[in-house]
Amino acid sequence: MTEALLEINGIHKRFGGLHALNDIALTINKGEIYGLIGPNGAGKTTLFNVLTGLYQPDEGKFTFNGRDLFRQKPYVVVESGIARTFQNIRLFANMSALENVMVGRHVRSKASVFGAILRPPSARKEEANIRIRAQELLDYVGIPQHAEELACNLSYGDQRRLEIARALATDPKLLALDEPAAGMNPKETEELKALMQKIRNDGVTILLIEHDVKLIMGLCDRIAVLDYGKKIAEGLPEAVKSNPRVIEAYLGVAPE
Amino acid sequence: MDIFLQQIINGLVVGGIYALIALGYTMVYGILQLINFAHGEIVMIGAMVTISCINFLVGHNVNLSGPVLLTVSIAMAIPVTMLLGYLIERVAYRPLRKAPRMAPLITAIGLSIVLQQAATMIWGKNYVPFPAILPTDVLEIGGASITTLQVAIIILTAVILTGLFLLIERTKLGRAMRATAQSPDVARLMGVNVNTIISMTFMIGSALGAIAGVLVAANYDQAHAYMGFMVGLKAFTAAVLGGIGNLGGAVLGGILLGIIESIGSGYLGDLTGGFLGSQYKDIFAFLVLILVLIFRPSGLMGERVAERA
Amino acid sequence: MNLIDIFSRQRKTSLISLGLMLMILPWIISHGFESGNSYLRAFDMALLFIMLSLGLNIVVGYAGMLDFGYIAFYAVGAYTYALLNSPHLQALLPAWMMYPPFIVSIILAAGIACVFGIMLGGPTLKLRGDYLAIVTLGFGQIVRIFLTNLDRPFNLTNGPQGINNIQRVHLFGLDLGRPVQILGITFEPVHLYYYLILFFCALIVVVSLRLQDSRIGRAWVAIREDEIAANAMGLNTRNIKLLAFAMGASFGGISGALFASLQGFVSPESFIMMESVMVLCMVVLGGMGNIPGVILGAIIVSITPEILRDVINPLQMALAGRKVVDPETLRMLIFGLVMIVIMLVRPEGLWPSSRRRAELKPQTKGIALQEKDDMQDAERNHD
Ligand SMILES: Nc1ncnc2c1ncn2[C@@H]1O[C@H](COP(=O)(O)OP(=O)(O)O)[C@@H](O)[C@H]1O
Ligand SMILES: [Mg+2]
Repeated sequence: MTEALLEINGIHKRFGGLHALNDIALTINKGEIYGLIGPNGAGKTTLFNVLTGLYQPDEGKFTFNGRDLFRQKPYVVVESGIARTFQNIRLFANMSALENVMVGRHVRSKASVFGAILRPPSARKEEANIRIRAQELLDYVGIPQHAEELACNLSYGDQRRLEIARALATDPKLLALDEPAAGMNPKETEELKALMQKIRNDGVTILLIEHDVKLIMGLCDRIAVLDYGKKIAEGLPEAVKSNPRVIEAYLGVAPE
Repeated sequence: MDIFLQQIINGLVVGGIYALIALGYTMVYGILQLINFAHGEIVMIGAMVTISCINFLVGHNVNLSGPVLLTVSIAMAIPVTMLLGYLIERVAYRPLRKAPRMAPLITAIGLSIVLQQAATMIWGKNYVPFPAILPTDVLEIGGASITTLQVAIIILTAVILTGLFLLIERTKLGRAMRATAQSPDVARLMGVNVNTIISMTFMIGSALGAIAGVLVAANYDQAHAYMGFMVGLKAFTAAVLGGIGNLGGAVLGGILLGIIESIGSGYLGDLTGGFLGSQYKDIFAFLVLILVLIFRPSGLMGERVAERA
Repeated sequence: MNLIDIFSRQRKTSLISLGLMLMILPWIISHGFESGNSYLRAFDMALLFIMLSLGLNIVVGYAGMLDFGYIAFYAVGAYTYALLNSPHLQALLPAWMMYPPFIVSIILAAGIACVFGIMLGGPTLKLRGDYLAIVTLGFGQIVRIFLTNLDRPFNLTNGPQGINNIQRVHLFGLDLGRPVQILGITFEPVHLYYYLILFFCALIVVVSLRLQDSRIGRAWVAIREDEIAANAMGLNTRNIKLLAFAMGASFGGISGALFASLQGFVSPESFIMMESVMVLCMVVLGGMGNIPGVILGAIIVSITPEILRDVINPLQMALAGRKVVDPETLRMLIFGLVMIVIMLVRPEGLWPSSRRRAELKPQTKGIALQEKDDMQDAERNHD
């Protein structure tokens, strides 16, 4: 049952003098929700950027679903099945919600310029399918009514959902969510939690960065803790919670 | 005659002038992330007003020596261009600060056209000769010849550049300008009147532009209503070459571009076995620019702060 | 019948009437006005500019890359056409290459312009905003300077004189350089060329529309909106941007070829940087990224100076009783003022897409943009 989906080993990333990721090793198994926590500036987002190919790691090993993704381009990473959301929401602000999700289908479709111009039946069909799938995903995350609205006009919580729908549109095996609950009220957070469970039950593995300890504890199967670019703990939520190094790391900064 | 040295000297003269103009572009860009397309026209107007002043004074038998006459006339042209720079910002850029990025670019182009045409109405469509009031002595250094005018241009440029750097680095105004360039919002919180600073930036840039315009006209013995375009283009290229938004970069870019062009036009024929002659000197400048940017995408001295847009 | 049907029926009717109007336009103009034929030429030029601005719109409006050297592709198309269809290179080129069928010339012009687009885009696309602008500007200058000077050591472009005696278009056995009688109506060459250009213009409008509503068009807009996010969604941003450049360039190449065939000669003078700037103005004034807006922009920017040409002198005479200023100068002056005023009043363009209009609302873009810069710099450290 525990089959590794993502394996990284000895990952380093430096920005000038700053060692943002220091010898990180992680294994994420198929079907689990894996939590990544740590104080601000610990390197969580940087790890996401490395995993999605936006940053090139300095050294290390990175295999996903049996494929070597070390220093691969983002589009190769997405194509292999990793999708993400951003801590600071990065939607295509002046495209409609539906179009945002349709862009997510890009890697799973293939109409060329000629297809776009000449519109043979295959291209028409593909385009129709993109639209249908995008609308389905808006339903799935619970914002079907906003399909035609510009992304920048959606409420904050809906923008977060839209980002998840857009990421899901790439048919990921691993969905990486960067602080999806940030700025949400308790009710929205509960809904988000249910959504994440639904996604997992539909067979997508989740990697989750989150500050909301309650959410993390109630949701994640395993947790890793980063501090100053190093992994200082890993394991079941309860064990991690009582780990003295973790407590120290969190007490060093203002409690979240 | 030593051709190489000669080209270096010519390049230094032109490059210094480019640097003065490039500063105008780069200062505005640093603060507003806007290509002030009309800056080339400011340069032209500076030259034209100065020439008119000289002609007026000479025509009224004012008995002054050439350099004094020139200084007086530049002193009259500078306020004109400063006012113009101020107005341009107020009328064409300030209302569009929150507008899409392209909008001020288009008003800038529109202004360029308007200023060119206005200049044509006032000074005509033909070349305006630069009055022969300056001494034309030629000095010989190491086999190359240099006119006193060229010496004066080099010295003047150096003095102005030093003055500008002192202004930016040492004065309160300079500090406010740097703060605004870093982040207008933060500067505002710190009590800087951002609008005033922006106006000041345009005015200082325009003053430099006026001086540069006169130097261009003096160096080539003529001015023209359309001269601003090419000079402005080269200067902007210089600013980008150095890393736009960076004052030192503008100076470095200007001088480098001047020298590259000058050497390029001198040696291009030899370098390409006669295939390309000196008529390709502009290509040389742009090729260097493209190459530099491919390998150093933010220009020679550009840093991240250079562009926030 | 539901609403959508009514709507699309209305659209169809208005499209048909628009088409009819465009078909009879030359007759109205050339009979209704004294200087009708020169107006018709202005319309031909306006159509060419519509094609150009739709091409530039792909690069600037959709993909969000500032291009100041776009006219270079127009030049490449025009010279390609001219070289193949004039005696200039007859001594050098094998006979089978000379005077190809019209369509072949057009396709070649588009193809070669496209190659130039890729040549320019390939090395420079990773440059940011205004750096790209100045590089494209330099490219435009380089192309023009080569056109002006490549009469030596080997006479390719015939230098500043340009290439003359470009053969008139022959199509379906018709010589478009001669009046043609169809159904008792005489079609003058100006009319024939008008229809030819109108056809290509319509073609390019359709292609633009289809690209816009496709996977490719969405990818362009996504990159314009947020390149990092586009990357993270698996878009191969480099190739997609290159594609925008190539598409834009081929539109330019086609209009260039048509220009050469209309004009009968080409010279470097037609491809100065001011022309690039004008095309950019058309795109922005009309409303970037919105096809009807861009078309409107192209019409206004290309026709206004022509109208002013005819209006200014009589006006000066009436007001002042004599020519006060050179009409050419006044014309450009007014034109510049119009540009400024339009932008001040409607910064998003005369006819913006719904998207652009929304963009005017203040947004908290600052953080995301800063982060984008951080990322790009991090990338750069790595290259
Ligand atoms: N592009 C970058 N350039 C320089 N430093 C960066 C960059 N991205 C992140 N950092 C630095 O790396 C560290 C880790 O940041 P981040 O991964 O965003 O932390 P977290 O997401 O855990 O809060 C921080 O000190 C941050 O300033
Ligand atoms: Mg983070």
